Amino acid sequence: LIAIVDYGMGNLRSVRNALDRVGAESALVDDPASLRAADRVVLPGVGAFPDAIAALRERGLADALRTFAAEGRPLLGICLGMQLLASRSSEFGDHDGLGLIPGSVELLAPGDGLRVPHVGWNDLEVRPAGADMFATAGDEPTFYFVHSYEFRPSAPEAIAGVTDYGGPVTAAVADGRVWGVQFHPEKSAEDGLALLARFAAC
Amino acid sequence: VLRPRVIPCLLLKNGLLVRSESFREHQIIGNPVHQVERYSAWAVDELVYLDITREGEHDLGRDDQKIKSASSVLDILDEVARSCFVPLTFGGGIRTVQDVRERLARGADKVTINTAGLEEPEFLTEVAGTFGSQALVVSIDARATDGGWEAMAAGGTRATGRDVATWAAEAERRGAGEIFLNSVDRDGMGDGYDLDLVRSVVQATTIPVIACGGVGRFKHLAKAFAAGASAAAAANIFHFSEHSTQRAKRELRALGIPVRMAGIDARA
Repeated sequence: LIAIVDYGMGNLRSVRNALDRVGAESALVDDPASLRAADRVVLPGVGAFPDAIAALRERGLADALRTFAAEGRPLLGICLGMQLLASRSSEFGDHDGLGLIPGSVELLAPGDGLRVPHVGWNDLEVRPAGADMFATAGDEPTFYFVHSYEFRPSAPEAIAGVTDYGGPVTAAVADGRVWGVQFHPEKSAEDGLALLARFAAC
Repeated sequence: VLRPRVIPCLLLKNGLLVRSESFREHQIIGNPVHQVERYSAWAVDELVYLDITREGEHDLGRDDQKIKSASSVLDILDEVARSCFVPLTFGGGIRTVQDVRERLARGADKVTINTAGLEEPEFLTEVAGTFGSQALVVSIDARATDGGWEAMAAGGTRATGRDVATWAAEAERRGAGEIFLNSVDRDGMGDGYDLDLVRSVVQATTIPVIACGGVGRFKHLAKAFAAGASAAAAANIFHFSEHSTQRAKRELRALGIPVRMAGIDARA
């Protein structure tokens, strides 16, 4: 069973619909005990970093997620859920994250007159850390992004994929079975569904 | 590279898909739920559903020979979201934070707000603050005036006196994540977008602008991108022919626009 963390942030229905489509059983989970009982965890998220980390702590989910990851069990963060894996974020001040993948979350500064947020479909260049995640991706995969901040891992080896928006932007991170994607796989058609199917089987 | 988006816009009236001309003629063309499965297979980049049912007109229960009306827009949204794996925007008749919450909870990624924002601009601030800018698309129905455009309320029927570019800039300040820009004059005409209108709003804002209204040929979509739009939307042209979005994308590729092909053979 895949637990979808429900902490009041984000469109959980879409993630659920997409997991249904790839044949993966899932349930919304909002307490540490149910999270511990799951085989895999998806941490979705839309909104602002400080609210999100506060909501996770309030429900005891921040510690539960750290324990889950420390046991080597599969965890996938999506969008803000990926940024929460970082050590810290500068969105609306300076805030600690879950610290599962060292690095910080910073405002996008694409230059070239490019607009922020970065909204729309963009390409992915797979890095070695993403070999497993994207093993089943098609040729020239594209994914749907909508974000104003980007995760900058301290160790470049943690970057699993990059996209180009006025320069390289972290599109995916991975450390063992802790995965994070900045894009929305549940809204990225066949390429996104392939990634979710991969996660459900990893 | 960020791919220019191609977006079919589906109009709902009393639970059925309709086509529109000058915001007035509404001809019933199909069932909204069947259509999403087709578009999913056609590599669309995003879907926009707009409910244009006027208040007091709901549930007319019209059943044509082959087309069965669905019950409510929220039921339609439930069904559509189940098989829609691209971003889904839902709009029309949204007046309260609760209206927004209901639509997002049922699987919409974004909502469009038009009349309620014109009447009470603070509502936009409230929606963006509650759900984030990524969920708020401000829809503007523009009508040409002497030397400019004004924003129209209530489905293009009520003039507001607000200059479109000025209103778009205010919508951005209030937290809109994107602007959905429709031309009342070009709606259903098929002779192309009002490109001066698109340029004026692109210049007045820094958020993505989705152009809509007037597409009669696929090459018109390309003109929106040249005018600075991030996305080109159209309704009628995508309704009446099979595999229309695939054909549109092949034509755009041939014109040198890097649209997302997602498995479509560019040469076919």
